[in-house]
Amino acid sequence: MRIVVDFDLCESNAVCMQIAPDIFEVRDDDFLYILNETPGEADRERVEECVQRCPKQAISIADD
Amino acid sequence: MSAPSSVTIVGASLAGLRAAETLRRDGFDGPVALIGDELHEPYDRPPLSKQVLAGNWAPDRIALTPSDKLADLDLDLRLGARATGFDLADRTLRLAGGETLEVDAVLIATGARCRTLGPPREGVHVLRSLDDCLALRADFDAAPDRVVVVGAGFIGAEVAATARTRGLDVAMVEALDAPLSRVLGPEMGEVCAAVHRDHGIDLRTGVGVEGFDGAGRVERVRLTDGSAIDASVVVVGIGVVPNTEWLEGSGLALDNGVVCDAAGLAAPGVAAAGDVARWPNRRFGYSMRVEHWDNAAAQGAHSARALLGADDPYEPVPWFWSDQYDRKIQLAGHVRPDDEVKVVTGSVAERRFAALYGRGGRLVGALGFNRPRHVMRYRAMIEQGAAFEEAVAAEV
Repeated sequence: MRIVVDFDLCESNAVCMQIAPDIFEVRDDDFLYILNETPGEADRERVEECVQRCPKQAISIADD
Repeated sequence: MSAPSSVTIVGASLAGLRAAETLRRDGFDGPVALIGDELHEPYDRPPLSKQVLAGNWAPDRIALTPSDKLADLDLDLRLGARATGFDLADRTLRLAGGETLEVDAVLIATGARCRTLGPPREGVHVLRSLDDCLALRADFDAAPDRVVVVGAGFIGAEVAATARTRGLDVAMVEALDAPLSRVLGPEMGEVCAAVHRDHGIDLRTGVGVEGFDGAGRVERVRLTDGSAIDASVVVVGIGVVPNTEWLEGSGLALDNGVVCDAAGLAAPGVAAAGDVARWPNRRFGYSMRVEHWDNAAAQGAHSARALLGADDPYEPVPWFWSDQYDRKIQLAGHVRPDDEVKVVTGSVAERRFAALYGRGGRLVGALGFNRPRHVMRYRAMIEQGAAFEEAVAAEV
């Protein structure tokens, strides 16, 4: 599983950071950083929740 | 509780779609119907007051899910179908046009509709649906002399900001002494007022709208103080009412929304989610109905699971955002105008700050102007039941 963020859409609302702070972090510069771009299957449910809860629909999962 | 034989979701917007996705993700393989009164596939509403209204996005960019993924959910998708009645005892759902469906589990996500001012009139708009947005955008495209926004709540404020960004002359009329003062308190309401005035909005506060003048199309907005504002386009943003009329006589309890239990059930096998649902949020200790995007997404999923037998209570810390000009305003929690308010980081003058709301010694809310990271940290603290003073002193 690879996390893809469309940074043209992302507006750093930080919803993903609240759901998975070990994977997503919005820093003081107000930009989103992906801490772990290829989390394991154990994290899939949380990452899917991030996809569904992102108010900008900016996160997707690539299974390649 | 055994799994339902089928699930019928009434309302095909965010809450309804997230419910359908959750049912499939959790392995429910029975029939799922998704019934919506609009003709469009489920779409995202927040861009309607921003990117789409601004003319920057084509309407096809706001689909909530691509058509092929929607097809993968294997739904009985009925668009342009309005539910007109439900009978809890014999489990029937009536649709406009006369069709009656036999249903098992039902998820109600019929949302809310805009309050209006007087009868329909050319040039007077509300903004809720894509069709509303395209009609308003067409009026903006015609380069009107002045846009008057009635109501300086979040929708009104976003429409005013978008119209100003398009270079239009905008007046905004707000009955309260400051925008959003009933939500954010008077002090933060003044900050919102200053943001609008800084961007050249003619903001009139503490005055209501008496009516509209014009031969056919609107030409003027009459105010309760006897003054009037010339207007070529009017947008009314004075709140919404939940769509529950179709449930009168259904056997479900209605009280400014569909009354649910803590898990989201309105009756055995009947759940509600999104703008239409009222439920006791145990985290706050009272019943609420929340009209935010994030709640529709989260409660849609939660209530779908309740229909599959989950009984955990839904007790979120509500959260929403509003983009106005170059400001991102976010509020986490559930605040009241008489809560204690304290600015904890940043500068109000620079419009980049976070403020905390306390009630009875507890942290109940966090407001951010361009402070997304802070708001989410405070949201987590509200979730953990933090004391107000502890939150004020915390380094985030």
